[in-house]
Amino acid sequence: MGNELLKMDGITKVYSNGVLANENVNFTVEKGEIHALVGENGAGKSTLMKVLFGLETPDEGAIYLNGNKVKITSPSDAIGHGIGMVHQHFKLVPSLTVAENIVLGIEPKKGIFIDMNKAVKETEELAKKYNFDINPKAAVGDLSVGKKQKVEILKALFRGAKLLILDEPTAVLTPQETRELFEQLKGLKKNGYTIIFISHKLNEIKEICDRLTIMRSGKTIGTYCTADVSEQDISKLMVGRDVVLKVEKEKVSPKDVVLSVKDLNYVNENNKKVVNNVSFSVRSGEILGIAGIEGSGQREIVEMITGLRDIGEGEVTIDGENINSLSIKGIRNLGVSYIPEDRMTYGVAGNASIEENLISNRYSDKELNGKALFKTNKIKSLTNKLVKDYLIKCKSPSVNVGMLSGGNIQKVVVAREFSTQPKLLIADQPTRGIDVGAIEFIHKKLVSIRDDGCAILLVSADLNEVLELSDSLIVVNNGEIAAYFEDVSKLTEEELGFYMLGVKKQSEDEIRRAVYA
Amino acid sequence: MHKKLNFEIIRTIAAIALSLLVAFIIILAVSKEPGEAFKMLLMGPLSSVRHFGNVIEMMIPLTFTGLAVSVMFQAKQFNLGADGAFFIGAVGATIIALEMSMPPVIHPTVAIIFGGALGAITCMIPGILKNKWKANEVVSSLMLNYIMLYLGIYIIKNHLRDINAGTTVSQKFPSTAKLPKIVPNTRIHVGLIIVIALVVILYFFMYKSKHGYEIRMTGQNPMFAKYSGINVNKVIINTQILGGFIAGIGGAVEVLGMYSRFEWQTSPNYGWDGIIVAILARNNPALVPVGAFFLAYLRVGADLMSRMTDVQNEVVAIIQGIMIVLIDAESFLSYWKKKRTFKEATSKTEIASQNLKTN
Repeated sequence: MGNELLKMDGITKVYSNGVLANENVNFTVEKGEIHALVGENGAGKSTLMKVLFGLETPDEGAIYLNGNKVKITSPSDAIGHGIGMVHQHFKLVPSLTVAENIVLGIEPKKGIFIDMNKAVKETEELAKKYNFDINPKAAVGDLSVGKKQKVEILKALFRGAKLLILDEPTAVLTPQETRELFEQLKGLKKNGYTIIFISHKLNEIKEICDRLTIMRSGKTIGTYCTADVSEQDISKLMVGRDVVLKVEKEKVSPKDVVLSVKDLNYVNENNKKVVNNVSFSVRSGEILGIAGIEGSGQREIVEMITGLRDIGEGEVTIDGENINSLSIKGIRNLGVSYIPEDRMTYGVAGNASIEENLISNRYSDKELNGKALFKTNKIKSLTNKLVKDYLIKCKSPSVNVGMLSGGNIQKVVVAREFSTQPKLLIADQPTRGIDVGAIEFIHKKLVSIRDDGCAILLVSADLNEVLELSDSLIVVNNGEIAAYFEDVSKLTEEELGFYMLGVKKQSEDEIRRAVYA
Repeated sequence: MHKKLNFEIIRTIAAIALSLLVAFIIILAVSKEPGEAFKMLLMGPLSSVRHFGNVIEMMIPLTFTGLAVSVMFQAKQFNLGADGAFFIGAVGATIIALEMSMPPVIHPTVAIIFGGALGAITCMIPGILKNKWKANEVVSSLMLNYIMLYLGIYIIKNHLRDINAGTTVSQKFPSTAKLPKIVPNTRIHVGLIIVIALVVILYFFMYKSKHGYEIRMTGQNPMFAKYSGINVNKVIINTQILGGFIAGIGGAVEVLGMYSRFEWQTSPNYGWDGIIVAILARNNPALVPVGAFFLAYLRVGADLMSRMTDVQNEVVAIIQGIMIVLIDAESFLSYWKKKRTFKEATSKTEIASQNLKTN
């Protein structure tokens, strides 16, 4: 080795919204290795790879290939330099065949026509060379996820890529497909290709990567030979809090069970089991946190509880009532409030006014309705009160929600969901991407409605949030509950990291403690 | 919200002015008497009570279809079935008018409600097809218009035709079924009162009732509506039933108010004009009559122009086309709006920073 193929030197990237995504990042890859790039959500891996692939322009820093400084300002520059990227969400045309997708944009020509036979032949040869089992004439839309990924890899190879970037390639795959992918990656390595492998899965990294670089909060922590570090070491380096925001709260005194989840399972459209036998309870007056790397099944669990997704298998009861056959409205009527993960998609209607957004969960209440029409005055006084109580900064409640800042939009969602005296609150990433002032405000409100006896299920990718706010905590890994902690205050980040990343797992009996009668 | 509305009004007026300007240039180029032609186009409808009456007469069906389309567009359902619903509504009213005998007032009331019901079914079909089989409502409603047109013509031809008349027209309506005229020297009929009442009701329904709220939120962001507990599928179907009902009674009112028998050989295209009206009115029921009046005025003016001068009334099609393109182009004049927003935003921060200083 010692044959440096890629060097990214002092890369700094500040997004237009002021987020410092990469800070003086150094990253080198040697020819012919599989190099893992690991880090938590938001650590800056994707940004770094976008810079490399020409999707983002860095504010500072330089990129060297084989020792020569190169300027990459677009994906076609990157492809020209032999860099190929396989995105997590495939960029293929479903109605075209495999061969058509692979040659798209650089089709072999016969006169002015596309030479399809040649395209098919070339695809066949390419697939054979690297032992990819794929039919060039199949329509891409009919293929399984694993096959689509192969098409993406072949597409990059066809364009002459020598350096392949794979963005969390195994996140969408079944275990069998993952095995197959690894065999192929090893084959590519043998043929002299270099691979950058982005992942959270430590066992996979240990298995196929030669070296790894760890990122945290936009900085590189270090580069190591995979053989020299244990999974524990990686976990410790990856997971950590940089700033500890303290949340003041009284000791918890949980009462009756409000939400009870029993043996919940969900198989997604790609036939992957994303929620596996999950059981837990949330009691009145406590905040139960769910920690885990993104995509470990949290979203599916939350959406099944709130009715946005049909329950695959299992039973969910709220206040003793089975919700499996209830509509979203039926579930809300049981006293459930929900802060959705994606506020612009589910949380608000951006082109509707603050007032209209604030009443969406109670517009049909008797208090706000006369015989046929709304009681406009009641609505006005309600929204004015909410805007004041929740410090929503706006000229008037008739302004469109879309005109507000992210923090204020989130306050609109929070004001609406908190102010109905909920029995159960599901808070999915309640403070993602908003300013510190708004975060503190929302944290305080969460604690105060907990003290009023609300049962709260908190899902967050933010370690600080989950550790500071939760009274007890479950950790999910790969769709399963990996651990339950009754008292979060005794839990260290290091320990949490082990369970999040699948290094450790509690016994069945320990996990069962999450269920209260 | 008011500022937003103001901006939309300015944008609409600018689009109208620009399209009239283009029309004037065309008239200038083709006409030997451009001054006279333009005067007829713009002032003709005001030249007599009868002409102004023509504007109001035409405004009635345009308001009906404009309301129908507005309601459906508010839920972001691009159901184009208003034309078929309008036509079949007129046929339905004809059936009741000819086949049943009832006392006055009751007779047209029943006829109008029956016409509305047929219209409701027409617009409901694309909604159901979409919900059940994800059929695009634009395509299915477009095709459905032909089905309704020929179904209507079939009914008139085979069951209600007046065999003594030279063309395919129905028998004459009994006097109990007809809508009375209300303004002397014009053909303005009771339909005007019906449509004004409908405008008021729909405005309150859309902006001040929980049902209207459901429709608007479904249109604004269906995911948000679903998350909030609104039954989005039900709202979409009901909205299209309502839209079809309005278009259907529009057809019924038109045939009973303006004609002595059913005499359309093809669709009068009011359903399509309703789309223009709805776009002009930004789907707001309160503004629909304004849009309908404007379009009717333009049509009557162009008609007079083609009768009195050497310019053909197709000029109106050009005006309409330019107008709609400019209004529908969301970024038309957006530069101006952005500048204003920017100015407002920066002045606010200035005030804020001044406040900081004084504190």
